[in-house]
Amino acid sequence: MKPASFDYHAPNTIEEVVTLKSQYGDDAKFLAGGQSLVPAMNFRIAQPSVLIDLNRVSDLSFIREDKKVIRIGSMARERHLEFDASIEKHAPLLHEAVPFIAHPQIRNRGTIGGSIVNADPAAELPVLMTALSAKLKAKSKSAERWIDAKDFFAGMFTTALMPDEVLAEIELPFAEARTGWSFMEVAPRAGDYALMGVATLVTLDENGKCKSAKLVYLNAGDGPVDAVEAAQSLVGESLNDTLIESAALHASEKEINPFGNMHASAEFQRHLAKTLTKQTLKIAAERATQEN
Amino acid sequence: MTHTITLTVNGQKYTREVEPRLLLSDFLRHELGLTGTHVGCEHGVCGACTIMFDGESARSCLMFAVQADGHEITTVEGLAKDKDDLHPLQQSFWEAHGLQCGYCTPGILMTMIPFLKQNPNPTEDEIRHALSGNLCRCTGYQHVVDAVKLASEKMREIED
Repeated sequence: MKPASFDYHAPNTIEEVVTLKSQYGDDAKFLAGGQSLVPAMNFRIAQPSVLIDLNRVSDLSFIREDKKVIRIGSMARERHLEFDASIEKHAPLLHEAVPFIAHPQIRNRGTIGGSIVNADPAAELPVLMTALSAKLKAKSKSAERWIDAKDFFAGMFTTALMPDEVLAEIELPFAEARTGWSFMEVAPRAGDYALMGVATLVTLDENGKCKSAKLVYLNAGDGPVDAVEAAQSLVGESLNDTLIESAALHASEKEINPFGNMHASAEFQRHLAKTLTKQTLKIAAERATQEN
Repeated sequence: MTHTITLTVNGQKYTREVEPRLLLSDFLRHELGLTGTHVGCEHGVCGACTIMFDGESARSCLMFAVQADGHEITTVEGLAKDKDDLHPLQQSFWEAHGLQCGYCTPGILMTMIPFLKQNPNPTEDEIRHALSGNLCRCTGYQHVVDAVKLASEKMREIED
């Protein structure tokens, strides 16, 4: 298995990156960590005529706090997210979920931006960006714009990015006070694609009632699936078992749309979604009571 | 169009002309003759081609040689001082029967070196988790786990 020929560019600055992209448009693919693109090229599923390698653009691989947000360069490696103290403190959901992404060798190379832009419905990072209400900065030669994660994912392997844009930065708001989190997925083997997974957030008000909640699923449709109705059903209430059961039932039966595959039927995926929703909601609610 | 790259492999500097599409795994094997890096699935699943890239384990089949320009690579050939003086991890694989056919072994070794550096006293669970990205079709993994455990003991003794 050998990739088809391509022209290779390795720019050092973001300005060169967007200039090259404006020149080549859809003919050019960005090479980030290469952990999804290169297999596709080895199989010749992908045969881009131009590769723009982002690995030498040093000002794309930062993680830093800035007032009440965390700013992450699109070329920050998943391995760096995993061990970053700011992320652990202010985006604990992301901290908990990153070790579920593939294997350590893959996380050493794979980048946050690469996984987001690849928009694989079975991937963790698009789901996490949606759950965390991330803002994504798209940059072209002439302009730059911020896109909300909920508007970014436009279907299977499809995003809102234009052919002349690069994803430059990710902005994550700090977790609110009294916010609990939980991420769970079921995979046949650690690091394999998950059959089902859910990122869950619960924020409580001062009286211990649910102020807001998020339930976002992977491998449950053609992109991250945000179960807004199930989450809304929790708001204003004390999270008891009956309520959690009915939210889990609604999300898994009415809001997600898993396709089923050779490893799991759609029915089994719904079963997993229901079970994981219950488990994660309980953990998130419990953690929310401990987080001031 | 070819590109000129200069990189360090096992402490030795090499300069070569490469086509951009040449995978790093094929570069190491065919251009440098370092056939210890094995090629299994060529799409990042089996882990046989794992090398160390700037000290961190990575799949060499998921990188292009041209990306390694200016970087430092360690392959399995860089572990032992000579054939009678194996790296403690290699010695442990020998003693604990951590391999049968040996096809997956270089990839496992190059995964476990950075793992043991980061986690010098791992539990069995942690070892199994760290191994999850490397497929072995012979051993059933038990003796691989034993070998890594033995290596962690040997390497801690050296440290002390």
